[in-house]
Amino acid sequence: MNASVVSSAAPARVSTKILCFGAGLLFAVGLAVSGMTDPSKVRAFLDVSGVWDPSLAFVMVGAIGVHASLARLILKRSAPLFASSFEVLAKQIDARLLAGSAIFGIGWGIAGYCPGPAIASVVGGSLSGVLFVVAMVVGVLLSRAVDEGRAASQPDSCS
Amino acid sequence: MANYMWPLLGGVLIGLSASFFLLLYGRSAGVSGMVAAVLPGSNPGGETSAITEGRSGSALFFLAGLLVAGAVMRLVWPAAFGSTAASAGLVAASGLLVGFGTRLGGGCTSGHGVAGISRFSKRSIVATMTFMATAIVTVFVMRQLGAG
Repeated sequence: MNASVVSSAAPARVSTKILCFGAGLLFAVGLAVSGMTDPSKVRAFLDVSGVWDPSLAFVMVGAIGVHASLARLILKRSAPLFASSFEVLAKQIDARLLAGSAIFGIGWGIAGYCPGPAIASVVGGSLSGVLFVVAMVVGVLLSRAVDEGRAASQPDSCS
Repeated sequence: MANYMWPLLGGVLIGLSASFFLLLYGRSAGVSGMVAAVLPGSNPGGETSAITEGRSGSALFFLAGLLVAGAVMRLVWPAAFGSTAASAGLVAASGLLVGFGTRLGGGCTSGHGVAGISRFSKRSIVATMTFMATAIVTVFVMRQLGAG
């Protein structure tokens, strides 16, 4: 009895990893099918004053339509399949959110890459795609260093 | 009309993936957050190691899926992948801004733009409107300057 419990734990852990890998596969197929992996198409979508290509708005229509409907059903469960509870979304709208999003948008506009498509494009792609991902990782580490520096200088902060 | 079918279908697949991830782990399928989670030394919110281990494990396998399916899609449908027109210096600056900004703002196109908006989060709606606006202004300014 005990042994079967122990032996079933390891395959369960392996299968969650495969499921997670599968979710990533599906996400990348969606990005490629939608056109998000073509930075020139993304920039044409953002170029509202030029030869605007609004077609990528339909990526959001499809993704939000499906996810809003399914999330409604999923969130009726008491818990997700492999975690104890659903993560509560942060609510605060502050300078940090606005500044961070504004900075992200500038970067997105410059090259036409956001994180998902950049990672899905990196294998077999151009050197500039690799350069983007490396710089993005440096940017993530930089924001962490800034956070840690700020936490160190304000020891009584509870964030 | 055909112009909109592929984006719509791709969006549906992205929505299915985000829903699947929510069902599995109860979290937003936000790619910038996953990148942060797999980098060494991350411990958002000072959580216990079991939680962060689970989080970085699921993030690692999701990102691996992105890489692998991206590579396979490039083989079967190379036309879906373009290259950026920006110079190396601009690409590096762009990557830095995207990495830094998404962590400061707590999400990107996937975490705020798809997952957050789908759950009617005001915070994500504000974030998405903000990054869409600055991205549009950036493309406009670059066009005025003749920089692409």
